[in-house]
Parts: sequence; C-alpha cells; structure tokens
Amino acid sequence: MSDEILDEVTASEYKYGFVTDIESDTVAPGLNEDVIRMISAKKNEPSWMLEWRLDAFKIWLDMKEPEWSNVTYKKPDFQAISYYSAPKQKKTLDSLDEVDPELLKTFEKLGISLNEQKRLSGVAMDIVVDSVSVATTFKKTLGEKGIIFCSMSEAIAEHPELVRKHIGTVVPKRDNFYAALNSAVFTDGSFCYIPKGVRCPMELSTYFRINESGTGQFERTLLVADEGSFVSYLEGCTAPSRDENQLHAAVVELVAMDGAEIKYSTVQNWYPGDAQGKGGVFNFVTKRGICERNAKISWTQVETGSAVTWKYPSCILKGDNSIGEFYSVAVTNNYQQADTGTKMIHLGKNTKSTIISKGISAGHSHNSYRGLVRIGARAENARNFSQCDSLLMGDQCGAHTFPYIEAQHPTAQIEHEATTSKIGEDQLFYCNQRGIQTEQAIALIVNGYCKDVLNQLPMEFAVEAQKLLEISLEGSVG
Amino acid sequence: MIKINNLHARVEEKEILKGINLEIKPGEVHAIMGPNGSGKSTLSNVIAGREDYEVTGGTIDFEDEDLLDLDPEERAHKGIFLSFQYPIEIPGVTVSNFIKTAINETRKGRGEEPMDAREMLSKMREKSALLEMDKSYLSRSLNEGFSGGEKKRNEIFQMAMLEPKLAILDETDSGLDIDALRIVANGVNKLRSADNAVLVITHYQRLLDYIEPDFVHVLYNGKIVKSGDKNLAIELEAKGYDWIKEENA
Repeated sequence: MSDEILDEVTASEYKYGFVTDIESDTVAPGLNEDVIRMISAKKNEPSWMLEWRLDAFKIWLDMKEPEWSNVTYKKPDFQAISYYSAPKQKKTLDSLDEVDPELLKTFEKLGISLNEQKRLSGVAMDIVVDSVSVATTFKKTLGEKGIIFCSMSEAIAEHPELVRKHIGTVVPKRDNFYAALNSAVFTDGSFCYIPKGVRCPMELSTYFRINESGTGQFERTLLVADEGSFVSYLEGCTAPSRDENQLHAAVVELVAMDGAEIKYSTVQNWYPGDAQGKGGVFNFVTKRGICERNAKISWTQVETGSAVTWKYPSCILKGDNSIGEFYSVAVTNNYQQADTGTKMIHLGKNTKSTIISKGISAGHSHNSYRGLVRIGARAENARNFSQCDSLLMGDQCGAHTFPYIEAQHPTAQIEHEATTSKIGEDQLFYCNQRGIQTEQAIALIVNGYCKDVLNQLPMEFAVEAQKLLEISLEGSVG
Repeated sequence: MIKINNLHARVEEKEILKGINLEIKPGEVHAIMGPNGSGKSTLSNVIAGREDYEVTGGTIDFEDEDLLDLDPEERAHKGIFLSFQYPIEIPGVTVSNFIKTAINETRKGRGEEPMDAREMLSKMREKSALLEMDKSYLSRSLNEGFSGGEKKRNEIFQMAMLEPKLAILDETDSGLDIDALRIVANGVNKLRSADNAVLVITHYQRLLDYIEPDFVHVLYNGKIVKSGDKNLAIELEAKGYDWIKEENA
C-alpha cells in the first residue's frame, strides 16, 4: 500500500504553476552598483534611499553565504539573476480597470478578485507581481482612518519620513547575507502604518507572485503599528512551475509600539519543484518584529511551498510586559527542504513568548525546526513555552529539531516540549472502518494535528490553508 | 445477511482461523465467546477488512456479495460497523467532526448527498443523549484522554449515528463498570430492529444479560466448536472454558 500511495504523491499537481503572458520590463541579469542605481532611478527614489542601498551592497560584498542551516542546495549565481522585472503598464493607475486584463485574469485563476465591489470578505489587498506592486485595494476606506497601506515604492515617495525612520531598524542591513542583499536590491513590497489607537477595520493582505523566469524576487515589507493600535496582516504567494530554481529573498520588519498588536499570517505556497526535486523556489527570508512596552506580535505561518525554505520569523521583546507568539505548520514533501523556526529575544521584564511548531515531512523531504529562546540579563520574570511536534509520513523523510535556549536571568521560566509521531496504520484503519477513505483520513488526521496553528489564522485563510495541506500531502503515507 | 463459509485466516505466519462457518440473518443477535487467543478478535478484524490479516481460504458473503474483494471503507459503506476493542485516539479531531466526516464519506460512497447540517446536529444531540453523553463530548478530541468507559460509549454513539446493518461489538464490555455497561447495552438494544443484526464478541457472559443473544457460539482454537442458545453462555459462565478445551483436546 505504501508504495502505491507514495507514487500517487508524485502525481499531485501544483495548481498555481501557470505562466501569464504579459509584457514585462526586465533588466539584464547581473548585480553591480549600476544595477542598483538603475533600480533606484526606475523608482524615482530620493538620494538617501539610493545611498542606503549602496551601503547595503558594500556590506553584502564582504559577506559569505551562510552554511549553518540543515539544507543542501546549489548556491545561486547572483550574476545570473535579473534584479528587476515589472509587468509593463501605464505609469500610474487611476482605477483597477486600467490593470492589464491578462494580469486580472491571472488573479482570477489564483482565486483572487481585485474588484473592490465584488470582495465580500473585506480584505484590503496589495498585489506584487515580480518586482512591483500592481494594485492596492480599499485605499480610500483605510485612508479615512489615517491608515496607510500601499506599496513600498509608493511609501518611499509619499511618506519618506516614516520609511526612513523605521526601515532597517528591526532587520539591519548587515543582519545576514540575504538581508543585506535584499537591502541593496529590494524592488517592492508592502508598507503599512496604523496610527495611534486605531484598530484596523479589515484584514490587510499582500499577494506575491513571481511570473518572469530568471528573476529574483526581493520584496521588503514594513509594518508600523503606532501606540495602542491593532492590525491583522495576511500574506500569500505563488509562482509558476519552472525547471530552474528561483530566488526569493524577502525582508519583513514589524514595529509594534507601546500597547500595539500585530498579527501577521503567512500562507507560503511558492512552487516547490517537481516530484524529482527539479526546480522550485529558494525561499530565504528574514522576518522580525520588535515589541515595545505592552505590545504583542503574533506570527502564524503555513509553509507548504518552496524547494528550500530558510526562515525564522522572530520577536524582540524589548518593552516590559510584551508578548511574542509563533505558530507554524511546515509541510515538506518530495525533495523539499525546510529549516524554519523562530527566535524569541526577551529583553524586557515580564515578557512572555509562545512557540507552537508543527512539522510534517513526507516523501524524501527534510524538515527542521530551529528555534532560539534567549532571556536577557534584565528580563526579570520572563516566560517561554515551546512545543515542537514532528509528524513523519513514510520512511524516506527526515524531521529534525534544533532548540537553543540561553537564559541569563535566574527568574526565567522556560518550558520545551517535543514529540515525533507517525500516522499510524491503526488510525487509518479506524477511519477506514468508519467509511473514510485513506486520502480523506490523512487530511483529517493532519488537520487535527495542525489545529492549534490553523485556529490562529483568520477564517478565510484557515480554509485555504486546510485545502493547501490536503493538496500538499495527497496520499503521502507509508 | 452475512454468510461465512470455511474461513481460514492468518496473521504473519500464524494460522488463527481454521475453518469458521457462521450465518447471521437480519434481526438476529449472535454472540461469540471463547477463551483468550481463540481467534475472536481476528474474526472481527477479518470481517472489517483489516490488512494485517490474510485470508487463506473460505468466503464471506454479505448480502450475497463477496466481501473479501472490498476495501475496509467499502465494507463500511455496505453497512458493516466494528466497535473497536481498543478505540484509537486522533488528536485535534473532534468527535463531531469525525462522525460528520464518517457519515458524509459513507453517503458519498453510496452515491448520496451529504447530510444536511441541521439534521446532523439534531441527530448528534439525540444519539449522544441516548448514550447519556454530556454535550461537551462532541467537541472533545476523538478518544484523547477518554476513560475506558467513555471510549466504549463513544463507539456505540458512532454506531448509533451510522446505523449499520451489521454491528460487530468486539469486547465492548471490557473495561466497563456496571453503569457504563448498562448504558452501552441500552444503546445497542435501542438500535436493534428486524433489518439489522449484531455480532457480540465477548469473554464474559455478563454483557449478554443486557444484550440478549439468539445464538451463542463458542470459538476455540480457530473453530466454532459449539453453538446453542443463551443458556450456553450461562453454562460457560458456570463451568469455565476448561471443559471446552478438554472436549476438543
């Protein structure tokens, strides 16, 4: 039975793997100062932004690609990547009607309607294709509350003081190899500012799509929640099926000021490569948030895509009484590799963090949890609870856990629980006997296993995530 | 309803069933008793279609159809239900979600529409009341942290929801105190009708005080060595299994 079902896995398709035939403005591959100047010029950026990029580039040149993670891949040739690609369209759009119809069709295929009138769920959305943001919905409604939600390029032009104040404060240019690269060449992404005391009335969402071949996607997202504000932000991503590996190196920075709360949810579904491990996106992402006094940041991620994932959404709990949370489901199948987890850095007093990580490995894949809990010397009464569970399917895959704990204060309370399990023949037979087919039974068991994380997602996303889990794991049991 | 003819089965290399003959008609309750290791649980697992049990000879017909060709879920769709001796835990899946999935997958297997949500809910309420289960049961993770009695009640609850034609109760009485036994038996009795049948597999006679069998069979060393009415069960309880063993030595 195992072989039969494992074979079926290879037949499960990535349904977002199409390419949209739109005219793009793509620059020649290669990376040097001129390319960076060109990107900056194309975006009409102020000179401080260009200087910042060039500085990051210099830092990057001196850095080495990290090798400590539990993944193996052929390192990208940074001179073979094109750093800018944009769907050709008129410079500014007055309404969505002016968006390239091919592009609108693409989003229809992806199940995303850009038409504000048609949207029932009330999710404001920014759409980033390749290197640029093509549309942002519900701007006006949000604007009435003083909320800024736009593409990063627009933010640099319209709100330079906000961008300049916060960019690089959470993830510095020299933070790591890919963060430095992103700082030099980032092309677009989303920017969001919630004013003091404002509760954002709808979910904000960015949808990322890589379309062009031979390009890298380097988006940069910055969310600033001013004192006492609240925002829930969602991010989704897909890419066409291609034989080559495409590089995605994003940086996300969150700033939660005193008493603010940010809920950041990701459903990551970049193309994972084919059943033989050919192609797929390299997802090397730096995500981090900083919490001031009484602030809270909650990361929720459902990771099903990408050939290689390297990602640790983290919280710096700087202010007293601040809270960090990390809820993660990471699924790997076929030859996918994921090294993901979080860092909870407790600096303030009475800071609390929770880590719930659910790894699922199938096929020949490898899935690692890597997490750091650090309690600083002044973090009196800091508490952490971590739970890291691994579920294995078949006997060709691997699950690994690398927890790091550093406590510098005697009052620290740190709990760590970990389990490894397999979907048992007993469980499957029990379901079968109740009339539930094996495929359905696996979906049921996996959803039950991930429930604590899926419950954290906003409703519409939770449904999408559940379906995604089912597709990613079709038949993968042994 | 079900006709078992000269059934042989083994687990790994060991032959456990050595020629079982049994026929159950609609409306009947049969009990199979026997000492440990006689093959009782093997028989129930073979009827339900568990893969680890290899049928090496004989036939099982269910409503004149060859059962041995069917997958476990197809057998379930035909109306065969097994109440497990050791019900399995599925963390994070609620009782209500599990039974909803089971019912709708069964309906799908029969080419029927899914059950209306309201009907489902009222049925769940009705059947959980029948088993004297608190409402909070339905939102608990399936069998996770359940006591022995709760697990068995939950099995009969699922049976009540699925309304099988043939219910096999595999040692449903084990681990039950007297109150739970009464509740479980009461649940089974309420579901008896002229159209369905029950096969009770048990070690002891006490369950049969509550679920009265029409026929009692003694399974020993992979064969049915004696059949009779409910008095046979009483005789077994009084005399133990040793005389059976001696007779068949």
